[in-house]
Amino acid sequence: MTGFMLILRRDLHLAMRQGMDSLMVVMFFVIAVVLFPFGVGPESNILARIAPGVIWVAALLAAMLSLERLFQTDYEDGSLELLALQPIALEITVMAKVVAHWLTTGLPLIVAAPLLAVLMNLPDEGFVILIVALVLGTPTLSLIGAIGAALILGSRRGGILLSLLVLPLYIPVLIFGVSAVDAVISGFEAKAQLLILGGIFFAALPLCPWVGAAALRQALD
Amino acid sequence: MFHRFANPTRFLKLADVIQPWIAGATLVLLGAGLYFGLFASPPDYQQGETVRLMYIHVPSAWMAMFCYSALAGSCAVALIWKHPLADLAARATAPIGAAFTFLALVTGSLWGKPMWGTWWVWDARLTSMLVLLFLYLGYIALNNAFDDPQRGSKSSAILALVGFVNVPIIKFSVDWWNTLHQPASVVKMGGPSIHADILLPLLLMAAAFTTYYLWVLLIRIRTEVALGKIRARQMQKAQTGYKG
Repeated sequence: MTGFMLILRRDLHLAMRQGMDSLMVVMFFVIAVVLFPFGVGPESNILARIAPGVIWVAALLAAMLSLERLFQTDYEDGSLELLALQPIALEITVMAKVVAHWLTTGLPLIVAAPLLAVLMNLPDEGFVILIVALVLGTPTLSLIGAIGAALILGSRRGGILLSLLVLPLYIPVLIFGVSAVDAVISGFEAKAQLLILGGIFFAALPLCPWVGAAALRQALD
Repeated sequence: MFHRFANPTRFLKLADVIQPWIAGATLVLLGAGLYFGLFASPPDYQQGETVRLMYIHVPSAWMAMFCYSALAGSCAVALIWKHPLADLAARATAPIGAAFTFLALVTGSLWGKPMWGTWWVWDARLTSMLVLLFLYLGYIALNNAFDDPQRGSKSSAILALVGFVNVPIIKFSVDWWNTLHQPASVVKMGGPSIHADILLPLLLMAAAFTTYYLWVLLIRIRTEVALGKIRARQMQKAQTGYKG
């Protein structure tokens, strides 16, 4: 556990020192959502209808943009090899990095989401469920993204490749995250969608660090 | 037996023997399937002549999933036993599978226009097939993204195994969700629910598509082996040329 905390603290420190980087992810999130009222027109009922989907898609893209840095900088300056040489399992290292990624991108996105929901005219009853769905869904995005980030290490044009690998795997989270909000807005319960989101998270929690570590081992060979 | 054919030369010798037979079987099955499908089977009482699209659409969809399973299986073998032929088979399977997936989507779309009144609907079966196409493309892109081909095939093998979660989702999407796409009618409990006149050409075409896959797979593996040899020769030449 101490090894886990050490890596987590190191990554958080690094993120703090380069504070603009995590802030830029949130700024991208805000700007991407704000583009939609210009694109589809400012009618409030149309905006309210598409709000959950737009916010979720923008959150997906924002989370993906910051993934490239997850292992890339450590891989390039060689510290990833030192992390792999530690007497703790590589899976734990991956897990710590995923938690750090979620704390520096997932959490700020959740904080920014209500503001965007106001801008997009989301009906009042949708706010709480949007936050709950994002809390359940964004950790899964970081977990699945870690696999993609580990797979592209050392490739040509990693960033664009990452989107091709990771976005198809994000679709289930997107579907159930949006349909949870839609259900509550139209007066239904969202229990089933939330349970599925939670189920995906708990399936990804042990599997993704394991696969991510396998991918890192290929990269470090 | 399994490790015997890890040697590409030994495998190619075997391939030389079976390839003509597979090619012959493909032509015969395809001819018979097309004859029964286009001439000797009745039009559907509801769908009329458009039902004949099924003889292309359903086998390609089956092959799309079969190829992905073969891809994931080869990748698992390549990762676990470092079997060199499994690597080649995986790399050779991916474009074939992607082509079958594309064919299934296109024929489905052409069939959907007269039957459902639309080229495309976002229902679970169609969406998960589209995701399958993206997974194939992601696999091919990752495989080719590294300067060291070994590294590419290892990384993409992991991706292929992760993407395998999509295959059961495609298979059961029509049962789990209430979709416009009809549920399974050939492979199901209690026997197929379609008439023998239609089932016969369908099965013939499915068999033809399977042997076609094997045929093209052998050709592609042969190509991959040849490309590997060419690459090795060029490296050798470049090295000696540099020294000399």
